[in-house]
Amino acid sequence: MTPSQKKVLAAAVLVAAAVFLLVAPHLLRPYGIFILSTWVVMTIAAIGLNLTLGYAGQVSLAQAAFVGIGAYIAAYLTTRGWPFWSTYILAGSSCFVVGWALGYPALRVQHHYLAFVTLAFNTLVYLIFRNEEWLTRGIYGIMNIPRPEVLGWSMARPIPFYYFLLAHLVLISWATWGLIRSPWGRAFIAVRENPIRALSLGIDTRRYTLMAFALGAGLGGLSGALYAPLTQFVDPTPFALGLSLNLLLMVIVGGSGYFFGPFLGAVVAVLLPEWLRFAQGYYLMGYAALVMLLMAFCPTGLLGFVDRVLTSKPKTTSATPPLAGTPAAQKAAG
Amino acid sequence: MADFIQLLIAGLATGGIYALAAVGFTLLWQTSQTINFAQGEFVMLPAFFVLIGMNYFGQPFWLSVVIALVVTMVTLGAMFKKLIVDPMINHGVLPLVIATIGLAILMKEGVREFYGADAWPFPPLAEAINVNVLGAALSLQSLVILGVSIAAVLALQLFLNGTRTGRQMQATAQNPTVARLLGIPVERMILYTFLINAALVMLAALLITPIYLAKFSNGELLGLYAFIAAIIGGFNQMRGAIAGGLLLGVIDNFTAVYISTQYRLVVPLLFLIVIILFRPQGLFGRVEERTV
Repeated sequence: MTPSQKKVLAAAVLVAAAVFLLVAPHLLRPYGIFILSTWVVMTIAAIGLNLTLGYAGQVSLAQAAFVGIGAYIAAYLTTRGWPFWSTYILAGSSCFVVGWALGYPALRVQHHYLAFVTLAFNTLVYLIFRNEEWLTRGIYGIMNIPRPEVLGWSMARPIPFYYFLLAHLVLISWATWGLIRSPWGRAFIAVRENPIRALSLGIDTRRYTLMAFALGAGLGGLSGALYAPLTQFVDPTPFALGLSLNLLLMVIVGGSGYFFGPFLGAVVAVLLPEWLRFAQGYYLMGYAALVMLLMAFCPTGLLGFVDRVLTSKPKTTSATPPLAGTPAAQKAAG
Repeated sequence: MADFIQLLIAGLATGGIYALAAVGFTLLWQTSQTINFAQGEFVMLPAFFVLIGMNYFGQPFWLSVVIALVVTMVTLGAMFKKLIVDPMINHGVLPLVIATIGLAILMKEGVREFYGADAWPFPPLAEAINVNVLGAALSLQSLVILGVSIAAVLALQLFLNGTRTGRQMQATAQNPTVARLLGIPVERMILYTFLINAALVMLAALLITPIYLAKFSNGELLGLYAFIAAIIGGFNQMRGAIAGGLLLGVIDNFTAVYISTQYRLVVPLLFLIVIILFRPQGLFGRVEERTV
């Protein structure tokens, strides 16, 4: 497949996914809309992690902590009458600052050591959520979180709130797309590929490493600030280490360093388990097996796999690759 | 004072178990650059092998343990190496880390699906009685655990330093290329470390499961403690992992009693962060040279 054909295919898949996302809520019951909304929120968190891990190559097992910090800021303040937008901005900027600070260890240690530092950070934050009852109400959680109004329109019902979330996803994707095509994005990739060479080319690797952490964390905070009004209830359990591992797997399974990787990864981790409910516990086992198979045969994830299938086949067999690639690629764009 | 000694012994006992898991962890890292995120689940699973032997096949405890040991060495030792580590090691450290995270989920969900989500009682190695030593009532179980883990670690040390195979394994860990040039069967030595790791997690399972009961989710915390112990002590030194494990057990127990049970994990975690940032080679480790 030639690059231009690939572009056409990608565009077609994107349009199909966009149509699906716009139409789907009208065909779904409230629970289905809720799951689709959860997918939007988790995708935003995964986009953030993809910046840190996929583009800048810094392993972080703390994304759930940032989603949690964002969610608690939004929950605490909106239940005390603050308007949504101020808590949204505050959640994003606080996580940006905390993420910047968490980036400092990354200047000293790399890879698995960094994974352990961030893992420890996530567990510490979780313990604070659970134990500081005066602030977070501990395991009882914060209830009755209001949903925002936009220009006088109430977002309280599931479908308007879903579109509200979708609009955030579109804006955040657009901004991220711009970022990774800017000199900053190039610098992130340079830091990932060869930090010493990047440094010798005059890139301030120190600043870009910190920035990669801070931006990833900031997006985590924004997704948390959207999570709180979505579930309207925030307790510590969702923000334990499990979610961080899950977000990491989303990015890796989808294809880390691919723009649409997190979208696809979140489909596999959030939507598929609901559609495959009959499989129950077996689903997670299958998911785990998929992760291991991908790591053995295609560490670049599902999109990397699609990419490989599409590029390796010569033009003469053009009938088969799109068929093989389309279902996966569709999810990618979704 | 009596309280203090009691706590110290109990801490050393749990620390001994952490040390067993941490030693296996560092062995795998040394010989094959494997960071096993499933190490906690590796301790959780053998207990279920024993329970299956007892409850489904009606075998006595000791025979179930022997069978479980064989099964553990085949599955968590040889098969883990052949099916997971070998195909992925060429992709670098991170894909293997991710794969072991996947493996941890698979083992956890597998046990939950096929054996159940309950906590199952497990036969203890020693009776639940207290022994009076210098005015302190020490639990016999703690003393047995401590004794068995020290004996196991000493035996391993003797094997590694005193036998030809053990020294070949050390050579493989230090420099596989030179080891190969010297005619050491490097592949087989690496396999041995995986088998030793399997035996160590089996032993850890026998020691810890009577206390915590057999549950599918046991591995989460155990794995975390094994990492912390390995890193505090020094990733590339076996005695570091032992010291790290014992230290961690003691710190953990004292935090729970004297500071706060709710925040008992905090002290080990902060300790971990401080060590990684200021002494990444660990308290007892050597500095590994970095390559460009």
